[in-house]
Order: sequence, then C-alpha cells, then structure tokens
Amino acid sequence: MDIFLQQIINGLVLGSIYALVALGYTMVYGIMGLINFAHGEVVMLGALVALSVVSVLAGSGLPGVVIALLGLAVAALVCMAVGFTIERIAYRPLRKAPRLAPLITAIGVSIVLQNLAMLVWGRNYHAFPPVLPASQHEILGATITSLQLAIIAIAALMMAALVLLIQRTRLGRAMRATAENPAIAQLMGVDIDRIISFTFVIGSALAAVAGLMVSANYSIAHYYMGFILGLKAFTAAVLGGIGNIAGAMIGGILLGLIESLGAGYIGDLTGGFLGSHYQDVFAFFVLICVLVLRPSGLVGEKLAERA
Amino acid sequence: MQFSRLSRMTVVLAAALAATACGQKEEPKPQTAAPAPAPAPAPAAKPEVTVRLGHVAPLTGPQSHLGKDNENGARMAIDELNAAALEIGGAKVKFELLAEDDQADPKQGTIVAQKLVDAKVNGVIGHLNSGTTIPASRLYADAGIPQISGSATNPKYTQQGFPTTFRVMANDVQQGKVLGEYAARQLAAKSVAIIDDRSAYGQGLADEFEKAVSAAGARVVTREFTTDKATDFAAILTKIKSKKPDLVFYGGMDAQGGPMVKQLKTLGLKATFLTGDGGCTPEFIKLGGPASEGQYCSLPGVPLDKMPGGADFAGKFTAKHGQIQLYAPYVYDAVMVAADAMKRANSTEPAAYLPAIGKTDYQGVTARIRFDDKGDLQDGSISLYQVREGKWVYVETLGGNPAEAATAAVSEAKEAVKEAAVATGEAARAVGAAAKEAASEGVKAAAGAVKEAAEATKAAVEKK
Repeated sequence: MDIFLQQIINGLVLGSIYALVALGYTMVYGIMGLINFAHGEVVMLGALVALSVVSVLAGSGLPGVVIALLGLAVAALVCMAVGFTIERIAYRPLRKAPRLAPLITAIGVSIVLQNLAMLVWGRNYHAFPPVLPASQHEILGATITSLQLAIIAIAALMMAALVLLIQRTRLGRAMRATAENPAIAQLMGVDIDRIISFTFVIGSALAAVAGLMVSANYSIAHYYMGFILGLKAFTAAVLGGIGNIAGAMIGGILLGLIESLGAGYIGDLTGGFLGSHYQDVFAFFVLICVLVLRPSGLVGEKLAERA
Repeated sequence: MQFSRLSRMTVVLAAALAATACGQKEEPKPQTAAPAPAPAPAPAAKPEVTVRLGHVAPLTGPQSHLGKDNENGARMAIDELNAAALEIGGAKVKFELLAEDDQADPKQGTIVAQKLVDAKVNGVIGHLNSGTTIPASRLYADAGIPQISGSATNPKYTQQGFPTTFRVMANDVQQGKVLGEYAARQLAAKSVAIIDDRSAYGQGLADEFEKAVSAAGARVVTREFTTDKATDFAAILTKIKSKKPDLVFYGGMDAQGGPMVKQLKTLGLKATFLTGDGGCTPEFIKLGGPASEGQYCSLPGVPLDKMPGGADFAGKFTAKHGQIQLYAPYVYDAVMVAADAMKRANSTEPAAYLPAIGKTDYQGVTARIRFDDKGDLQDGSISLYQVREGKWVYVETLGGNPAEAATAAVSEAKEAVKEAAVATGEAARAVGAAAKEAASEGVKAAAGAVKEAAEATKAAVEKK
C-alpha cells in the first residue's frame, strides 16, 4: 500500500509539471490553432536561467526560498521576452499562411533555441544547487519532500489563477473571443495582435515556473531537456483535449499518474515481458489511443465549434 | 539587356569555377585521396600526405559532454602528431580529424559511418557508444577501414569476426565480472537490485554484472530499466525500495546515474550505489550532490596519475580543454595506436597498416596496449573508485593482469632460489673451515629457503 501511495505521489508531482507545460500548448492552440513546438525549449530556457541565477546567489547567504523566487523572477522575465519575440518573428508574419508553414517555423525556432542554449550553457549537465529545504515527510509509509509538496501546491494555484484570469477578467473575455473567431473579435474592437502576444507571454511565464520545478525536483538541467518534456506535455494537452484549459490540467495530471503507475507495475503485470523502460512509451501509446478513439480529447470541445 | 548581362556573368563565373575545379584536379595527386590539398607555395622537398582520421561521438543530445571530451582527446593526439612532423613512407604526414556527430543514436551512427567510408578516411576513431559502434563497424569492415574505439565496451563489438575492429579499453565481460565479485565480496551485498538504460552498453554491462554477482552468492531481487534520455526515476526506485536491496547497480551513463542516486536518497533508500565506467565522471558527483558520497564506480585501466606520462597528459589536457570528463585519455591512446601502426607499417593505407595494429605493443597513457586476436585489449585491468568528500578517490585495482602478476611472482621465487643457492655455497665454504655443525645448519637453512621458494612458485602458478 505504501508503495502504491508513493507511486501516486510520484505521479502527481510529475503530472503537475506536465500540466503547467501543457497549458502553454493548449492556450496557443486555442487562440491561434497553432501547435507551438518551441514551447518545450522555453521551459528549458526557464530551467537554465533559473538555475544560473540560483547558482550565482547560492553563496550569498540569502534564504533558499528567496533565492529560488529571485531565480524564478528572472527566468519568467527572460521566458516572457523569448515567448513574445518568437511570436513576433516566427508566427505573426505567417498568420495568414497555410497551417503547415507556422508548424515548420515552430520546429525551426525549437532547433535555434536549443542550439543557442548549447552555445550559452554548453553541453554539460547542470546540477541545481541544494538551496531549497529538502525535509522529508512520511505519509502512511510514503515519502514526500517539502519541495514536492510545494510543486503540487504552486501548480494548483497557478492553474486556478489562470482559470480566473480567463473566465473573470476583461482580458480573458477578449482571449475567449479571439479563440472563438478572430475576425469577428477584431470587428468588435479586440486588438487581437495584443491578445495573441499576451497569450504567448502568459504561456511562457508558466513555462518558466515549470522549468524551475523540473530542475529543482530532478536537480538537473540541460540544453536538451525541452524536447522530451515538450512532447510529453503536448501529449497531455491532446489527452485532455487541445485548446481546452481544464483539459490540459486533467491531461497533465493523468499522464503523470499513468507514467508513474505504469512504470512501477508493468513489469509485474506482464511477468517481466515489458519492463519499466517503457515509461516513455506510455505517453505516446496514450496519444495514439486518444487520436484514434477520441480525437477531441477527454474534455475536448466538439470540433464543429472551432471551425 | 540586364538579363543578358546577368547570364553572361553567370557563364563567366561558371567557367571560372570550372577552371579552378579542373586546375585542382590536374595537380599531382598525393598518395591518399585528399579532396582539396593545400596549394603548395613552393616545390617542397618531400611530398606531403594528408592522413584523415574519422572521429565519431555524440556531439549533441544528452551525452554530448562526453562526446566533446572524446573529440578533444583525439584532437590533442592529432596536434601532437602534427607537431612531431612524422615521416611515413618517405612522405611528410599531416594528420586531419574529421569529427562527426552520431547523437548516440544507432541509426545516425550508420549514416555518419557511411559518410566517412565515402570520404575514404584512413581510419576511424570511435564511436563513443557501443550501440552506435556495433552497427557502424560492419560498414568500416566492408570498406577495410581500421576502427579503434576508446570507449565502446560491449563484447559484441569485437566478436563479429571483423579484422578491422579494435578497442583500447577492457570490455564489459571483464568489467561486469569484477564489479559483480566486488559487490558480493568487498561490499558484502546479500541482495542486489539492477537497473540499466537498455543501451547496448548499459544492458551488456548489467547482464555481465548479474551473472557475476549471482555466481558470487548474492541474490538479485529485481531488474529494472530506464532509458538513456530519462531524468525521472521515482517510479522504478519506488519499486526497488519495496524490495529493500543492500546494493543498487546501474549500467548506464552519468547523466542518468547522478540524478538517480539523488532520487534514491530522496525516496529514503539506504542501499549502496555502484555503477560502471559510464558513471565514473565528475559530472556524476555534480548531479548527484551530497547523495553521491560513499558510492562506487569502476573504470577500466589504472588511474591516470599511476601511468607513465599520465599526469603529464592530464596537465596538458586540462590546460587546453578543461577538466577530463571520462574517455579523453583512451581516445588519445586510440589515435596514437593508429599512428604507431602506420609508422611500423611505413604506410598510411588502411590495407597496409591494418595488420600492424594487431601487432601493437604501445605504452599509452591509460595502459600498455596489446591486442588479442579479436582486437580486444589484452589483460585489461579494472580500477574501483569511491566518492569521498565530493571527489572520486581510487580504491583498488582488480582483475588486471593475471599473467603479469604471475610472472612477477615467478621471478620473485627465482630470486629466492638464487639466494638460497648462494647461502648453500657459503655453507659449503664454511665446511672447508671445519665448522661441521654450522655447515649442516646452513645447508638446512638453505634447503628451507629452496622449499619456500618452490612454494612461492607454486602459489604464483595457482594464482595464475
């Protein structure tokens, strides 16, 4: 039982991170119908910037939480700037182009960002300095660190704030209007260029938070980390129903749980025929199942609504 | 009007290009096929030959820090060879490195290998990973290009029957055996959990470890798997925790090993962590943080500072490229072995110098390099290291060179016999001095010494 609970905790931590990244995919898709494949690299940049700031401040004697927050602030600013720039350079000129064109520039931007990061931070792995308190708590025999508790709590808070922003504010209404029909929204006086930029900036800020969480929890950051993380988060977004905010959260958490429980139990269930290295396969197996059985995702809107 | 001028210009340009291209072709051909030989400024006294060595390692992706390290090792060897201005077959030799990136991906490995074969390189150093080295080795073998890897340790690489495959590092059968015995005996592990990254290297090493550790009397409680790109090991470590092993063995690279050991401690596992050469890097300690303290790894060969010229190599490398990650000295040796074979064969042609590689007896910075008939390093020794106060500290060298150890023991025994004989002679002289009792005592002592020497010889032979 304690092992099962431990796997649930592992899955929740992983899922919270996926959910935050998935939100970035789903928001952009919801508004523009574009899959921003460079989003994973924005997470990577967030992780590396935060880690660099934290490393510099690690010896300053400030409390760990303050250092992490400063790292997060810088990372969020950098990511927001990067997200804004990506949209201006790579997507805005192609807004009227066929759908495939921005998809290809997205992949191009992803490669450029990856190589830039390689030039700046090198090929080495970077370890996250142990500034955050790592006290462990026992719950019914399972272990959870305060950092992991914080990750789950912060992810939940950010998601709640995002839902409030979209459902309750003027800006959120403009975003929803743009998602529904950009042309009509523009006729109604919505500055859709500004709204789209804003969407990228919010998504990138969430990516920075996720980046800090990944590097702090797994104590590792690397210029290559965005690729797999981005793919998994994209899968989570599709699983929940891409373009749907609640769907991204549910998809992310669910995917984390599926991976964690799957990797923990598949060996026993299949009598050793399939092993735990199939952990990554679950994500893509789920992606295929969703695309075949329910292309609109678990809580996805009907496709007709978005035409 | 404008159009015609443009087209005329194009024609002129094309003609000029063609002329230069032809001019290049008409130049006297050097012995090896070089694509663009540097235009000779003055008629050189001796012809110059460009020897091109291919080098393949992952330069992008999760293992790129190790790949770049390998490349730096090869570059350093090439620079030193060029500085030494070698002459082979009556021509001045200039070495050139064609560095390629295989992304640690077997598919990419064969694509890059084909590229090097098409470029007609004189030899190949690499690849880094066993998984890329094995499929690529077939292409090199078909083209007759010698291949020397400094780091591919999977036994299959040299067991395919190709005459072109060599490695300057002990293979995983040797390493896995030493690690398994070390875990069960010195570390006194009764139950062991094994994880590998399902790469040809990780899986091969873990398989050999499993065999050896079971043979030495420990119980393997579970075998788990991950990939060489993973960062999250919570799920498999949670499962391992439920089996309560004394020791966790990981067959894989540092990029996974470091975070793994950290997550192992976070989950509250109390097992000792042991890994192979892939985790034996400063990077492992950096990534594992305090959790890496007290953990073990193994590395083929003996520590660099114990080798003749090793400390010198380390100093020069660090000054030029920074900290040695892992395989740079081995790759350096691989290049030197190729150059050494060319010198002995007095040719840079693959077909001519390939047989000379097999006869190598070269004192490298990592080991005395001699190959067996498969192209494996003879008598490769394995050294164990432990993290103490944030550094890999040398513990001991195992396996090693049984033949050499036995020879040393035999020669020691011989010395003892000789001493005993001298003592007998002295005793005989003492007889002449009419001290019978003393003499008989001396003879007895001498006989004892002879007996001891014989026993030592016997022990040495048994050890062998």
